[in-house]
Amino acid sequence: MSEAARAVPAAANGPLLAVRDLARYFDVSRPLLNRLIEGDRRQILKAVDGVSFAIARGQTLSLVGESGCGKSTVARLIVGLYTPTRGTIDFEGVDLAGLSRTALAPIRRRFQMIFQDPYASLNPRWRVADIIAEPIRAHGLIAGADAVRLRVDELLRHVGLAPNDGDKYPHEFSGGQRQRISIARALSSNPDFLVCDEPTSALDVSVQAQILNLMKALQREFGLTYLFISHNLAVVYYVSDRVGVMYLGRLVELAEAKTLFARPQHPYTRMLLDAIPDLEMSGRARIPVAGEVPNPLAPPTGCAFHPRCPWANERCRSERPELKATPTGAAACHAVEERRLPDARVVAPPALPS
Amino acid sequence: MATTSRDLARPPTRNALRRALDSDIFYSFRRSPVVVAAAIVTLICFIGAVCAPWLAPHNPFDLKTLNLIDAFTPPAWMDEGTRKFLLGTDDQGRDVLSTIMYGARISLAVGFFSVLFAMTLGVSLGLISGYVGGALDAFIMRVADVQLSFPAILIALLIDGLARTTLPRDVHDRVIVYVLILAIGITGWVQYARTVRGSTLVEKNKEYVQAARVIGRHPVAIMARHVLPNVMGPVLVIATINLAIAILTEATLSFLGVGVPPTQPSLGTLIRVGNDFLFSGEWWITIFPGAALVVMVLAVNLLGDWLRDALNPKLR
Repeated sequence: MSEAARAVPAAANGPLLAVRDLARYFDVSRPLLNRLIEGDRRQILKAVDGVSFAIARGQTLSLVGESGCGKSTVARLIVGLYTPTRGTIDFEGVDLAGLSRTALAPIRRRFQMIFQDPYASLNPRWRVADIIAEPIRAHGLIAGADAVRLRVDELLRHVGLAPNDGDKYPHEFSGGQRQRISIARALSSNPDFLVCDEPTSALDVSVQAQILNLMKALQREFGLTYLFISHNLAVVYYVSDRVGVMYLGRLVELAEAKTLFARPQHPYTRMLLDAIPDLEMSGRARIPVAGEVPNPLAPPTGCAFHPRCPWANERCRSERPELKATPTGAAACHAVEERRLPDARVVAPPALPS
Repeated sequence: MATTSRDLARPPTRNALRRALDSDIFYSFRRSPVVVAAAIVTLICFIGAVCAPWLAPHNPFDLKTLNLIDAFTPPAWMDEGTRKFLLGTDDQGRDVLSTIMYGARISLAVGFFSVLFAMTLGVSLGLISGYVGGALDAFIMRVADVQLSFPAILIALLIDGLARTTLPRDVHDRVIVYVLILAIGITGWVQYARTVRGSTLVEKNKEYVQAARVIGRHPVAIMARHVLPNVMGPVLVIATINLAIAILTEATLSFLGVGVPPTQPSLGTLIRVGNDFLFSGEWWITIFPGAALVVMVLAVNLLGDWLRDALNPKLR
């Protein structure tokens, strides 16, 4: 399958990024000496375990899930901060997973990342203009200090800051303004693809909407493709074309955003959506969020969600479900496959606080 | 580093001097008379040492001006003293004040350059150790542990002794200052390496370093341009305190007779030479260089202590 996919050059309307069977294991064992003395075994944390998805050009795919489900690890794998244990990351038909730093350099310009914490993602000792110009200088995109400065001023204006802000240091800005600087830096190398790792979760609610609107406007203007990581369902509904729900390192459901929110299939998705508070508390019955995320070092057998699932049966406890197509998208659930789930209740889409 | 709410409220000024005078650090400097005094003393010592050829009343190394009849002249305020030799003369008729100024020059030069050498070595190894990690980190840190288990003076003696036996006498006398800088510098790198490694481990997981990695910067560029500026604060404090220690180590080596020769004396050499006359009544030959050393080291140390407190946000 992957051989055939690689042989055909990526068509202009094919997916920009295709991830197949991506996995990353972390060795979290204690030091060798402790293991030998205390008889501990090696402990492998499967942060991401076989995730596949594709993102079409100009679209936004969101990954949602609880803390520790591996969504940030997927983001870091794609931008090359981690090397995958298994699987391929096809960017326009080129597998990034096996490339060295130097081989990756020409492609690096085309994807960038926006980080979660605007207070840690900017070097406190650098002026804003230098921070934004770093990708330009690193890739040698524009020659001449004046030309670089002009480009930086243009970028600052694009993200809603003033050109003379470039002379300041990051500590002179608020969280929302810093995230704008972060976005300007990400845009400075004219990328096609942005990985956004919870870009709004560290911001005030009132600022979140501004940043999201900015990101949507930039997407329209520059035809950007986003991979959006978040645990905030309202934000995800607002920005996404497609949504992937992750649980313990695996995708459990993948569907168009509108469909997913209107007709969730997987029991975990239903539980997440039921947990969204709304203003019209009509007293409707909700499935309470029961149980906790299992220890990822010792995941449950079969379907990882079965200890928390009201519809789990013997098959769920023993056999791991694969992601399979459903009428609305794809879900990894035996109950969905066997059609023994009640129809999903139609839920009002979550409102973004304005 | 010195960010205050005032800084945020005020429009940014590009005048670096005004900002420096307005900073927390300068404020804490002005508030402590001891620190101001220490700074003034340090400044006097530095100027006296660096400008010795122009400021010193005599040139103790110009043999034409030396007269053995002047030998053992006591300080000016004693009965037999003359105004010509304010702090008296030594056994060869050299003016003690002038030899102290010339000696402090060598002491300070050895101290300064050995600290610079130790800092460069330690900061580089610490950065590499912390950023690269793994087996290289373990190796560098174990070497540091091994070195820490020896007293610093022993390592300096070892290197100095090695140079003494391998180099011919005349070559050795010419390069002894460099050998001392090397010997004292090598004893000091561990402290810098450990401090920098610790800070690097914290900084390398911050998102701005990851952003630089996503951009595709070379690891060396990330270490030098991103991590280094953010780990230098504690290094400057250690360097200041270590300057005093380096001056003392040099003095100790010279006092033990393995430092600079009496023809180009440092403060330690002066104290050793003067020591021979202490019990025959010519106390000034050893006491004044000793006092100069104590005052200089004390002043630098007080400055270092203040800098450590001023830059430590937890102690504010």
